[in-house]
Amino acid sequence: MYDTAIIGGGVCGAAIAMYLSKYEVRCALFEKENDIAMGTTKANSGIVHAGYDPEPGTLMSALNVRGCELTEELCTTFGVPYRKCGSMVVAFDQKDVEHISRLYERGIANGVRGMRLIDREELLAAEPNLNPEVRGALYAPSAGVVNPWRFCIAMSEAAAENGVEFYLNSEVTAIEKITGGFRITAGGKEYEAAYIINAAGIYADRIAAMVGENDFKITPSKGQYYLLDKNQAGLVNSVIFQCPTDRGKGVLVSPTADGNIIVGPNAEKDNLPDDTSTTREGLEFVAAEAAKTTSKINYRENIRSFSGLRANSDAKDFIIGESPVCRKFINVAGIKSPGLTSAAAIGEYIIDVLKDCGMFMTEKKGWRVPEPKIRFAELSPEEKADICKRNPKYGNVICRCNTITEGEIIDALNSRIPPRTLDGIKRRAGTGMGRCQGGFCGPKVHSIICEFYGVPAESVLLDREGSYIVCGKVGERE
Amino acid sequence: MRNCELAIIGAGPAGLAAAVAAREAGVKDIVIIERDGEPGGILNQCIHNGFGLHRFGEELSGPEYAGRYIDMLAGGGIELKLGTMALGIENKTVSVVSESNGFEQIAAKAVILAMGCRERSRGPIFVPGDRGSGVFSAGSAQRYLNIEGYLVGKRVVILGSGDIGLIMARRMTLEGAKVLAVAEIMPYTNGLSRNIAQCLNDFDIPLYLSHTVTKVIGKGRVEGIVISQVDGNMKPIPGTEKQFECDTLLLSVGLVPENELTRAAGIDIDRRTNGASVGEDMQTSQEGVFACGNVLHVHDLVDYVSAESERAGRAAAKYILSGGNAGKGDQITLLNGGNVGYTVPQRIDPANVTDSVDVFFRVRKKIAKAEIAVISNGEKIASFKRSFLAPGEMQKITLTKAVLERAGGEITVSAIETEA
Repeated sequence: MYDTAIIGGGVCGAAIAMYLSKYEVRCALFEKENDIAMGTTKANSGIVHAGYDPEPGTLMSALNVRGCELTEELCTTFGVPYRKCGSMVVAFDQKDVEHISRLYERGIANGVRGMRLIDREELLAAEPNLNPEVRGALYAPSAGVVNPWRFCIAMSEAAAENGVEFYLNSEVTAIEKITGGFRITAGGKEYEAAYIINAAGIYADRIAAMVGENDFKITPSKGQYYLLDKNQAGLVNSVIFQCPTDRGKGVLVSPTADGNIIVGPNAEKDNLPDDTSTTREGLEFVAAEAAKTTSKINYRENIRSFSGLRANSDAKDFIIGESPVCRKFINVAGIKSPGLTSAAAIGEYIIDVLKDCGMFMTEKKGWRVPEPKIRFAELSPEEKADICKRNPKYGNVICRCNTITEGEIIDALNSRIPPRTLDGIKRRAGTGMGRCQGGFCGPKVHSIICEFYGVPAESVLLDREGSYIVCGKVGERE
Repeated sequence: MRNCELAIIGAGPAGLAAAVAAREAGVKDIVIIERDGEPGGILNQCIHNGFGLHRFGEELSGPEYAGRYIDMLAGGGIELKLGTMALGIENKTVSVVSESNGFEQIAAKAVILAMGCRERSRGPIFVPGDRGSGVFSAGSAQRYLNIEGYLVGKRVVILGSGDIGLIMARRMTLEGAKVLAVAEIMPYTNGLSRNIAQCLNDFDIPLYLSHTVTKVIGKGRVEGIVISQVDGNMKPIPGTEKQFECDTLLLSVGLVPENELTRAAGIDIDRRTNGASVGEDMQTSQEGVFACGNVLHVHDLVDYVSAESERAGRAAAKYILSGGNAGKGDQITLLNGGNVGYTVPQRIDPANVTDSVDVFFRVRKKIAKAEIAVISNGEKIASFKRSFLAPGEMQKITLTKAVLERAGGEITVSAIETEA
């Protein structure tokens, strides 16, 4: 029997797994998809919020502010792309000016450090491409951007390195109470655990219902985005938020941790939990709203449009804690914005929750940080020369847009939670994330995967189940 | 540090032709840097014929055309570094990396940029819908089919009437796939007329002009594609949707010169071509750095790539052998008049022109009969009659030294419609 079972391999599940791995606890994580970081974690704004948004006194406000600090710390430890670029909430009229001063007060109450209300001149000096009609902004220097899936994968790999067992392709379909805990059916197999942590994102209400809890409902809300080429870097230097209007919460324009520019999202209601399609209307709305922030967005340099689902719930705050109807079943649900920022703090907090629930925990000796990955493009010429001598595979550039080498792809394949898909490699090594979107490197990465696993090309997937790439050899007819 | 006279980045048709011409002009130590395992570039996956009619007076396949130039490399003086990626150019020193030799720097007296182009992806054209697998750029599908030996799908819709898409419509049909439709957002086709005839009409593949893809359906793999007619502003017209059950969407929506190295080196880029801005000698804004082929502007025929690249090779040779540029005369700037999208070169130094200079350009719309007017200081200094001009086909005019001597500091090239 496991001491704890985590359901869901998104950023929250990963953070919880990572913190649990610091204790002498037998822990398993179940993920329904063929990889971790497959839901909300892989399609969001990637913002590390400073913490002036949540209502003071909420769990969300405390976890946001703590998470903002922890994210920076962990990204440094694990080598995850992160930039503390600061954020601006931009005001265009008197109503906005009042709004940002309220945010400022809220930030002070929440313990956010270093915030300042800045005037138009200072704002335009820092962000010369903004709409000249700006009146001022709330500047929060502690805000930043993170690569969300890399953050999730890094924490998962650390958890796996320190003993957490990951089960992919293991959708939880039933939970039964047994003496001393639960019997969990996942991916058609049965497992036992004393505690369950429900971090199932947009499916958290379905998992909770399996133990008889129907107190909350997840209502996925879709947000659509543009991602611009790295050659647009410098359009904005910090995360630029708008104030909310009657049309919505406003869209953001921001650098990403990898050096692109992201524009979005809109907010659509009542989405199906698996609908991550983009629409013309949604993207046009985003572009129209973003035009208020800056007129200089060059959509010819859009390299990808995508959408993600927020795991919104009917509760105002995050739903974190032991289920009111089922002991030892702990919900981590309704993790909407600022969920990514809060994830690490949630992981840390869950340790206390488990202790409060009566779980006995001793700290583990010799917790190890996984070996940092080689990132060839980031090396100096001397380091490049040196690494190629040690392993010539680092000299074989596969992804030309981002200069990612065969050595890095093989490292990803040899990692603790090995990817089997092209997008799994993409999320770890970064191949196909550039301007050609895998047009050149796709077939090469594909054949590296085939060779590594000794599998036929037809069996390799792009991403989720069913996403095959080739359907047969030339010359074969049905 | 490896020193050489001339470093050429790319061993596709442009780089190969430039190398051969530079050697013929007297350059003795040439290094070609090629990221692929073989020379030839994109020609290697273009196994159809139609190459070489102008250059060799016969119809060759892509690999055969490349083979002609690869054979010409023999004879010494040209080192081909395969599997080698150029990472950066600084002061005519190229940083490269390869599995066989690791990280190296190659210092040259002159550099020719011949990196080619890449396909426009789904991003900049905003194809909405699900994002499962089965959406390929036509060239990626071509690589899977002709190099790797795999079919990417069985029921196919193609967006865009670029040449690679048309070629793939035929190729996939021959391999047993069913190509259901080719949708083109413009009211005219973008590919060569001969490809429309030989790749679509001959196989009864329907072409929908003024249509675009408005929805991709399929969360795992593509299951369906919806196309809609567009209005004069290229906006989809509600109610005109047609849905196709298919597993594949190929995109043939344009090529983009691959100038990341060029930009990083601080060389001026022409926004119209997305390539470097060059003079009549194919020299960029950086002295001793030349550019040719699809990295400079997207060509329709490889034959023209070869011709242009030979010009770049000879110019680089002249630069190397004379120890720099000859004293520069007054530059003539070429401007675009009516219906002309761009010209290459973008400037001409008449003092540097021996007999004549070829100017390449593309028109912005289909014109049945046109006069290409070359105007300077309000005076028409040259005029050319042309028929059947289309944006998909590159145009060429030759300006003689005599004409250039009559020009002022600027000349404007226009395509005047004499019959629509």
